[in-house]
Amino acid sequence: MGNTFTGADILIKALEHEGVDIIFGMPGGAILKAYDSLYDSSMRHILVRHEQGGGHMASGYAHATGRVGVTFATSGPGATNLITALADAYMDSIPVVAITAQVGSTSIGLDAFQEAHTWGISMPATKHNYIITEVTEIASAVREAFHIASTGRPGPVLVDITKDALMSETTWNGPGQLDLPGYKPSVKGHPRQITSAIEMIYNSRRPVLYAGGGIIRAGASEELTRFAEEQNLPVVTTLMARGAIPDSNTLALGMPGMHGTYTASTAMQRADLLIAVGARFDDRVTGDPATFAPEAKIIHVDVDPAEIGKIRRPDVPIVGDAKTVLEQLLEAGRVRLGSEGPPPREDWFATITQWQENFPLAYDQDPDGPILQQYVIDELANHIGPEGIVVAGVGQHQMWTSQFWRFEHPNKWINSGGLGTMGYAVPAAVGAKAGMPDSTVIAIDGDGCFQMTFQELITAAIEKIPVKIAVLNNANLGMVRQWQKLFYNDRYSATELSHSIPNIVMLAEAMGCAGFRAETPEEVVPTIEKALEINDRPVVMEFVCDPDAMVFPMIAAGGSNDIIFMGPEDL
Amino acid sequence: MQHVISVTVENKPGVLARVSSMFARRDFNIHSLTVGPTEDPTRSKMTVVVDGPEMEQIVKQLYKLVHTLKVTEHAPGEAVEREIMLVRVNAESQRRGEILDAANIFEAKAVDVGAQTITFEVVGEPSHLADFLEIMRAYGIVSLVKSGRIALAKDAKTATKKQRRSA
Repeated sequence: MGNTFTGADILIKALEHEGVDIIFGMPGGAILKAYDSLYDSSMRHILVRHEQGGGHMASGYAHATGRVGVTFATSGPGATNLITALADAYMDSIPVVAITAQVGSTSIGLDAFQEAHTWGISMPATKHNYIITEVTEIASAVREAFHIASTGRPGPVLVDITKDALMSETTWNGPGQLDLPGYKPSVKGHPRQITSAIEMIYNSRRPVLYAGGGIIRAGASEELTRFAEEQNLPVVTTLMARGAIPDSNTLALGMPGMHGTYTASTAMQRADLLIAVGARFDDRVTGDPATFAPEAKIIHVDVDPAEIGKIRRPDVPIVGDAKTVLEQLLEAGRVRLGSEGPPPREDWFATITQWQENFPLAYDQDPDGPILQQYVIDELANHIGPEGIVVAGVGQHQMWTSQFWRFEHPNKWINSGGLGTMGYAVPAAVGAKAGMPDSTVIAIDGDGCFQMTFQELITAAIEKIPVKIAVLNNANLGMVRQWQKLFYNDRYSATELSHSIPNIVMLAEAMGCAGFRAETPEEVVPTIEKALEINDRPVVMEFVCDPDAMVFPMIAAGGSNDIIFMGPEDL
Repeated sequence: MQHVISVTVENKPGVLARVSSMFARRDFNIHSLTVGPTEDPTRSKMTVVVDGPEMEQIVKQLYKLVHTLKVTEHAPGEAVEREIMLVRVNAESQRRGEILDAANIFEAKAVDVGAQTITFEVVGEPSHLADFLEIMRAYGIVSLVKSGRIALAKDAKTATKKQRRSA
């Protein structure tokens, strides 16, 4: 036989051709052949401790680098363990390609050992998926998977390959071809809609530019900032868009929604025009959609046509890539303004400034009291700076980080937005650091989240991926407890964890990491300084925090964004 | 309200599962769904009858599926719609004559005759089938099965509602 290769070899060649440098994965019976071929490859494999961790690492890698993250898992439980990570990446439009192995094609459907219906299970958790039973289909499936994952609205794609397809031989004819007649994402916005949008913006007295995660995915931050400046538009950045415009820009109002700034949420409520770009009118932003932004006309730019009109009917729909459409809007906006400047909108900006002065984000650290989580985040931001990559899981720590970190650049903020996956931070930080080894990567985590996935710190220690982890330990599932306090009469059903078990410092050391604990406010800065000096292994900082601290501002779930609680006294 | 949608898809394994899974996930109600090959063996066509106030999201979500090539929503009267039904009716010997007379009016074909029953094949628009059933109900319907609707846009008056391709 001449130039024949096994399916496993072809899989590895195809991944190399896509420019993959790191694979996060865990081997097993069905995928053994692929790992055997990987043994000869220059691609780095990072052996994870759980497939969910591998999936989140691929997502963290993709967030930080803008490239496609890749994860491997075997059949059955390997694949089912990946599902949470895929669903997470799907909600947040993160480009991930998952390669899973399947039992031999003649065993499918017979309840073979480690058989699961991966294709069926992963279907609603992925942008697209494949079941490959023929060796000749592997190369094209990989090519299509990367194309689909990274174009249009990005998302995860799973390729399930049977064991016999990995073992069979065929010739390598170079990378596979795309055969996707039904997949043609729009890039450019319709010129007539662009003109209508610019006219509407020009005539608006109270506009708000509503920037979503699509800005980050499209790499459109510069265009967004320039457009806001040239057209004199205040900008709100959703949880997924923090860093899309520098927080230091005077036009930036911060995050809107349930735990957003008073100014960002209220500006949207009072606006006469919302220009949504890469945002999806998520319920955490809008509250009750029926009372959301009642006077606002809507311009909605999105690469996914199904997002347009899903929640709120736009006056001007524009389907296209955020970067391309913003370039079109910049051009059309310049033509419209000619030699004149943009409308000054003095009254609107004066109102906004007044809100900012009256309702700032604030905290008050009592030097003799318990450590406040906001204070820790503030000091971490001071010491690490805006060039660092910050990662969060889900809950209070995530909201405080979004509020108190100072975001100046895109792709520096990684968190689980849409799915709200506890345990996301540690593995996502490991993936981000693996992809961006020269950046400081810090996960700010809660004790509940940390205990879901901390075992990936073992991966980080062995693979020499020196992430920093700050655990804000309030000995509780803090956000759930906050809701119990506010809406369930202080009945703390099943939310109490422990300040002492596990001993996080000892746990960190047992996993090959450095561990530090701060128990008083005055220990916070020295702890951060010590942790930042260590760069040869992962570091875990535990901050013993106040269980009663709550996240404000707050808008009740499904409530009107007109009613914003600034503190417990408002409830 | 019922809407009739034709969906042209790539003729690949699993396409039906993708469509029905999407309908389930998005909480869209399928009244009937038929699928079969077309003049082009690489393509299949589905006719989906959907209950719901408006079709925009459904059409867009269908386009989001990678294997979807074309989605057409048929406005009332702008497509030829057909359904086939097999219905077994109680038919004691003394009433057979009147049952067959009624069936004749509806161009219903007796395809199976038993000691106590006659089974009819009826083809037509959904209202035609409903009318026939209404008449037969008096005799007693033993069992019935329907194919689900198929639809083809009328020539030169297609009610195509074009939507943008998916991301």
